[in-house]
Amino acid sequence: MKTESEIMLKGIAAAPGIAISKAYIYARQKEEVADSAVTDLDEALEMLDTALEQSRKELRKIFSLAVDKLGEKRAAIFEAQIMILDDPILLSTIKNRITNERRAPEYIVNDEISKYTDLMNASHELYMKERSHDIEDIKNRILRNFKKKKWKSRIANDVIVVTSTITPSDTVLFSRVNAKGYVTDFGGLTSHAAIVARSLNIPAVVGLHEATSRIKDDDLIIIDGFKGEIFINPDEKLLKEYQKKIVKLAQRDSDLLKLKDLPAVTSDGKEIQLLSNLDILDEMEIVTQHCARGIGLVRTEGLFEEYEAFPDEEEQFKVYKEISERMFPGTVIIRAFDIGGDKVLPVDLHEPNPFLGWRGIRLLLDNPSLFKKQIRAILRASTHKNIKFMLPMIASLAEIRRTKEIVKECQEELKKEGTAFDKHLSLGVMIEIPSAAVLIKDFAKEVDFVSIGTNDLIQYLLAVDRGNEIVSALYQEFHPAVVQTINHIIQGGKESKILVSMCGAMAADPFAVPLLIGLGLESLSVSASAVPLIKRIIRNIDCKEVQGLAKECLALSTEKEINDRIHKYFNHKLQDQIKNLY
Amino acid sequence: MIEERVKIVNNAGLHTRPAATIVKLASKYKCDFFLNKDGLHINGKSIIGVMTLAAEKGSEITLIFDGEDEQQACQEILEFFKRGFDEL
Repeated sequence: MKTESEIMLKGIAAAPGIAISKAYIYARQKEEVADSAVTDLDEALEMLDTALEQSRKELRKIFSLAVDKLGEKRAAIFEAQIMILDDPILLSTIKNRITNERRAPEYIVNDEISKYTDLMNASHELYMKERSHDIEDIKNRILRNFKKKKWKSRIANDVIVVTSTITPSDTVLFSRVNAKGYVTDFGGLTSHAAIVARSLNIPAVVGLHEATSRIKDDDLIIIDGFKGEIFINPDEKLLKEYQKKIVKLAQRDSDLLKLKDLPAVTSDGKEIQLLSNLDILDEMEIVTQHCARGIGLVRTEGLFEEYEAFPDEEEQFKVYKEISERMFPGTVIIRAFDIGGDKVLPVDLHEPNPFLGWRGIRLLLDNPSLFKKQIRAILRASTHKNIKFMLPMIASLAEIRRTKEIVKECQEELKKEGTAFDKHLSLGVMIEIPSAAVLIKDFAKEVDFVSIGTNDLIQYLLAVDRGNEIVSALYQEFHPAVVQTINHIIQGGKESKILVSMCGAMAADPFAVPLLIGLGLESLSVSASAVPLIKRIIRNIDCKEVQGLAKECLALSTEKEINDRIHKYFNHKLQDQIKNLY
Repeated sequence: MIEERVKIVNNAGLHTRPAATIVKLASKYKCDFFLNKDGLHINGKSIIGVMTLAAEKGSEITLIFDGEDEQQACQEILEFFKRGFDEL
């Protein structure tokens, strides 16, 4: 087959940036279990132990969270699966065979467990076939964990990772080996993996469908994370063009960094609180480099993504404390775990509509011990008094009140133990479900601040999944209903005298910022890498002018009109600021 | 060595939950413990082994205990079978 030259594929621009590098195909499909000879016996046995231990941790994590939701039958199966990992007869057989036959541990594991599933499949009882699936499941988990370890050692440096789908932990894993970009067949813009790529400043283009079939290892790739395009084996001319763009981007970045010590004030002197989001600890460096005044959203589920089990109170305390100290005296808003059922439930229990299902505060209130550990860790870390606590996915007052009771319980416990904490820890909620937006004034009486999560708010308000390409064009930041809802939240917050902030992707959209400030928003939290650009926009905005812009937009009734109006303002007033960006 | 023949009396048969309980009970004792059904000889301390036994209601299994505390082990596990795995 001849090398395909200069093919352009178009997908969804998930994280901005441009990179040129060689492709690395990351395939997680089932691989044949290799029957290779073992040279180092100790190493082989250690690999077995590691894979087993990893599998135990994974299962315990799922089990500890979901035990109440699993149902008795499923819970029993889980428990049995965990027991299999400690089955003395099975393990000693496997170890003996590795020692005597000197064959790869994954081969022996596969062979030995398959003996049992074969027996089950031979049975005429239907439930035995079902049971064989459960055993198959545990076998695959162990084999996967053998592979994971291998992958880690096999990844090359400085590549553009091409894969079918990518998980957040993959994203972090690859960033450690300096991945230059991410290219995937499937996945959407709001997936956590895309968020992590954005925060690490690594360009990503997702939803290309045929990336893995068209690209081969070592093909030269240009990834344009602004336009959502990739080029396979580009010619000299295109390559030069993009190399120029990269130089220009670097120039822009260093220009923007000159703003780092300047405040985010509008040209007529109104100060806007510009904070940074924090998804993983690796990002702290960019946060401090870009001089964000604080952290407006710590996505705690991201911080601990790499942990196999849920972090205990002590582990969390250390991390929160470190963030608090590094940002002091800046504010740090820590959001409780926003985990979805899709991440913790076993495959056969997957919810048909995970976004309308068991996630955020719902999962936390159903797992009080997990929730309390987090609250206690946050309280203990709050002694510098710069930490605030925020709740995800709030739909009703009852959820806020129940949480307050739990916080109070934790405070009482700590008091009894004689442990210090901030007695006035501020509590806030995300406004990301339409019901919360409608009830903003009632919510405002219960909490100290709110933060608008635009990704979910828009998704729920317009009933559009941005990751679904068939309908993604209907996901519109400037839909009149979105603009009016944001206005309703900001005005409601003002009347109730509580701080309204925004931490979703819209806050980091240069086009949206003038409108948002015109609507009266005084606090924005954006990914660390976006802080300098947004600061530059803010510093070139005239408050009076954008208030007029906002008023006009509120009177318009179609997305196109609002979009046109905003672009008109932008081209007129701000183009000089960003024209050389893309 | 003790050998006992037992009948499965609960509706659901020897499914996963009782299988796990049997293994846990057996692990408390030093003696060997085997289950014998239709020529299949299974180590009762191995969960994956016990799970391969298809034993529906009405089927019979031979329990074999061999070792110093076989009396106590036999008593406790036999009882568990007779109680229909506490599902009656």
